[in-house]
Amino acid sequence: MSTASAHAERHSPLAHHFRDMAQQFDAAKLGIWIFLCTEILMFGGLFVAYIIFHGLYPAMFAEGARWCDWRMGAANTTVLIISSFFMASGVHYTQTNERVKAIRCMAITIVLGFVFLVIKYFEWRHKFELGLLPPHFFHYQGAHHKNLALFFALYFCMTGLHGIHVVAGMCLITWVMIRSIKGEFNSEYYTAVETVGLFWHLVDIVWIYLFPLLYLVG
Amino acid sequence: MIWQLSSLFSSIAHANGTFMPPDGDTIAPLYDHLYLVMVLMSAIASLIVIGGMVYFSIKYRRQTGRKSAYITHNTTLEFLWSFIPFCLFMVAFGWGWYVYYQMRTMPEDAFEVNVLAQQWSWNFMYKSGKKTTADMYVPVNTPVRLIMTSKDVIHSMYIPAFRQKQDVVPGRYTQTWFQAPHVGNFHIFCAEYCGMGHSAMLGIVHVLSKADFDKWLETNPYKGLTPVQVGQHLFQQKCSVCHNPTTERKVGPGLQHVFGSMVQLQGQPPHLADENYIRTHILHPSTYSVQGFPKGVMPSFQGQLSEEELTGLIEYVKSLK
Amino acid sequence: MSATATAPSGDNYLNHEKGLWSWLTTLDHKRIGILYMISVMVFFLLGGIFAMLMRTELIAPGRTIMGPETYNRVMTYHGTIMVFMVIIPGIPAFLGNFIMPLQIGAKDVAFPKLNLISWYCLMVGALVAFTSLFYNGVDTGWTFYTPYSIRTHTGVTFMVLGAFIMGFSSILTGLNFIVTIHKLRAPGMTFWRMPLFCWGLYSTAIIQVLATPVLAITLLLIACERILGVGIFDPTLGGDPVLFEHFFWFYSHPAVYIMILPAMGVISEVITAFSHKTIFGYKAIAFSSIGIAAVSFFVWGHHLFVAGQSEVAGIIFSFITMLVGVPTAIKVFNWTATLYKGSIEFKPPMLFALGFLFLFTIGGVTGIMLATIALDVHLHDTYFVVAHFHYVMVGGTLMAIMAGFYYWFPKIFGRMYNIFWARITFVLIFVGFNVTFFPQFILGAMGMPRRYYDYLPAFTSLNRISSIGAYTIGLGFLIALIVILQGIFGGEKASANPWGAKTLEWSTVSPPPHDNFVTEPIVTAGPYEYR
Repeated sequence: MSTASAHAERHSPLAHHFRDMAQQFDAAKLGIWIFLCTEILMFGGLFVAYIIFHGLYPAMFAEGARWCDWRMGAANTTVLIISSFFMASGVHYTQTNERVKAIRCMAITIVLGFVFLVIKYFEWRHKFELGLLPPHFFHYQGAHHKNLALFFALYFCMTGLHGIHVVAGMCLITWVMIRSIKGEFNSEYYTAVETVGLFWHLVDIVWIYLFPLLYLVG
Repeated sequence: MIWQLSSLFSSIAHANGTFMPPDGDTIAPLYDHLYLVMVLMSAIASLIVIGGMVYFSIKYRRQTGRKSAYITHNTTLEFLWSFIPFCLFMVAFGWGWYVYYQMRTMPEDAFEVNVLAQQWSWNFMYKSGKKTTADMYVPVNTPVRLIMTSKDVIHSMYIPAFRQKQDVVPGRYTQTWFQAPHVGNFHIFCAEYCGMGHSAMLGIVHVLSKADFDKWLETNPYKGLTPVQVGQHLFQQKCSVCHNPTTERKVGPGLQHVFGSMVQLQGQPPHLADENYIRTHILHPSTYSVQGFPKGVMPSFQGQLSEEELTGLIEYVKSLK
Repeated sequence: MSATATAPSGDNYLNHEKGLWSWLTTLDHKRIGILYMISVMVFFLLGGIFAMLMRTELIAPGRTIMGPETYNRVMTYHGTIMVFMVIIPGIPAFLGNFIMPLQIGAKDVAFPKLNLISWYCLMVGALVAFTSLFYNGVDTGWTFYTPYSIRTHTGVTFMVLGAFIMGFSSILTGLNFIVTIHKLRAPGMTFWRMPLFCWGLYSTAIIQVLATPVLAITLLLIACERILGVGIFDPTLGGDPVLFEHFFWFYSHPAVYIMILPAMGVISEVITAFSHKTIFGYKAIAFSSIGIAAVSFFVWGHHLFVAGQSEVAGIIFSFITMLVGVPTAIKVFNWTATLYKGSIEFKPPMLFALGFLFLFTIGGVTGIMLATIALDVHLHDTYFVVAHFHYVMVGGTLMAIMAGFYYWFPKIFGRMYNIFWARITFVLIFVGFNVTFFPQFILGAMGMPRRYYDYLPAFTSLNRISSIGAYTIGLGFLIALIVILQGIFGGEKASANPWGAKTLEWSTVSPPPHDNFVTEPIVTAGPYEYR
């Protein structure tokens, strides 16, 4: 292998074991979809726990949901849906070689993700102050249901795991944004933008399920 | 070696050819019948596969001048060896269901015993108010229903002679039942791993004749015993899984010479082992943690001992000088 | 299928780059396979030492060499190491990584970086898991049943976090394999021309991807339970310990098939190669792999027949479990039929494959006995179950690992091991295995519960026989280790296709070049054309 061809290979987005760009893109796309399946199954475990405990103690969920401000939840839902729209636009503009627009869309997505986290922070702080926490730390005095702490255990597990995904998603978007700024993507090669976009939509969809389950259940 | 073999054969003979423990209840013959049929079916199936494999391996071993045949598949054969096993599996399933139905249909008018499992002992409570640990007493020829729960972790009530097993789960009641047709003593095991004393969490079911059982129900087990004797009796049932009456350590410290000594504690000043110290240790063991022993291992016996029994235990520990 | 068998200037994956660093940063699936091989062998040695310690303690009732605290830890480490670090990565991540791309004519797996990351996940996970040794060990058994795992004052948190990280290794490997098999097959390599080993790996990968995330969240919840006290599995806080058992077995039952499906793939390869005969019923075997994978998700409840789930649920799970028996039976009968009118050579891989067939059959029929719901009531959590799953996992998977390793050894290293001593290892392992585990069926029927540190005197003689068998297995594996090391460093040079097998990996040179094939292969026929 001559140095010149090795040099060219390093800068080409086509990895050595793929036949062509189409094959590489298809592989990445299949890979990310499978990964999203694993994510759904991971959250699925928590959703199953939720369903079972909801069956056991419906009153506990009704009482717990009263402590979750539906306005803040709705605001966050809106924020995430809008962010998903911008992410999708970012992917679209990358495909049409409109780099500046694409970068702008990704930046807005990151900002919206940040807004989501800020709203979440206020919600969490409110619950910390009241002592509405998982069983070991629960110190709220006026609970009616004896297992109310269990609701907050589920609440913090579910929103916490989701929050970690939001942060991970923001990091990934930052990464593809930096690569976009460096001009690494074009209509031929935009695999990373596409896959990160799909991941962000998943984060959005999980929240769309969490919102009614935790805030609106009655 | 010869001794081992002979004991092995005697255990086989003892179990009338199935290796099963002796039949202790009305379910056992039903169970053993199914078990024997399944063992035979399994043996025949294994013989067919393994025999075929050995036969083909020898017959068609590599020889010069012989080529292998080119056979890709045979739909009829493949259908047959999926369909026939399927039918056999369905027979096993149906028969298993039938026997399981008998095992799990709780009799209406059963004699009830409440069981409380804890690390690492079985406690039995009878309707008459009588309580025992490790030894369960039941009348012969009477359906007995066990209503079970656990104080701490999951245990499993396993009586091999009755072919019955049921996990005992904290926070809920589970049940099982049996009817023993003849008197005798049978082992109880804990079958769900529950920690250090898992293999020592044993018990015995005493199946008594009706007359003996009624007599047993009425007798006060402590009648005519001194407090130390009461304590010794309880110690052997409840404490000896983890404590020796000597100085030798087991799971917990050996209890000889403990009373009246200064006990070294972890993160607390040394404490005099007086009556109150022993009492607190039995009822609220997490109050003190003794140097050199892991914390939180000893379970609480709160609510399981009468004052008379507590006094007995403390007097017994006192007597270990 | 005849790529020329001379690489330019003897370049192969072993000498393509030099130095330890080039190994630790390699993206070559073959080198990553070797990394897995080394780590799995080290873990197997550790798990084996724990097994020997257990059998030594059980040689007589009462205390023999250790107390119950130590025994419970030894038992737990044996289980967790063997399950999470040996058997699960054993075939897919070691043999699969090395062989599968070669078999489908690909230059590498689809995502080489993820492949390397997955090895590091296994390493980091194992490191975290072993950290528990410094925090009072772990004494829960590999099943981590709550509430015991929440209460015990041992390093459970490290162990479950370690297993959580190792889970990602498994997920990433599975994801990589699915994409590789779908997208990177060589021209002409249709799905129905794929070797059955790839079918086995493909079914395995589906389970890895779909079941492992559930284990991940379950183990994460145990860690949360211990650190934050969330109470989901804790009955004193309103939680449900049986829910944990459902979650755990929703992963861990399919995980049993993660262990056995690739093993079945190996056996299909080895039996055809050494019978010099095409496989009997290719499609039936391929479909039965997928069938087992699909059904495996709906049988977890058979671990809970006596756990307190409803009787109706138990009966349904018993029924579905019986269904798994059908595709398994098809495989076993088809392998036996493959031998018919073959030209059978008893090389070491074939001996292990025939040993697999023998042991797996016994493991399978006892599985049917345990699936019969009434029988399980008495046999559940006794040594009968221990014997059953060792017949499947050790008698099945481990025999297949040995068969596959001895089979692909000349391809992997370009050298041949000592055939005579390899046969000796088979005899020792096979005989030792039966002596160890067959008595345990009897112990279980007699009523000896599992995970017992101490037992009734009546169980002594069978336990003693079992321990003697265990030492025989240990000796067999020690000799196998020597045979393997001698073969790697001092074996004779092997040709490209020493067994005369027909699958694609044998058409390239041994050891294969960096890009696997000198020219991209074009496939024109099925995998087992022994005409």
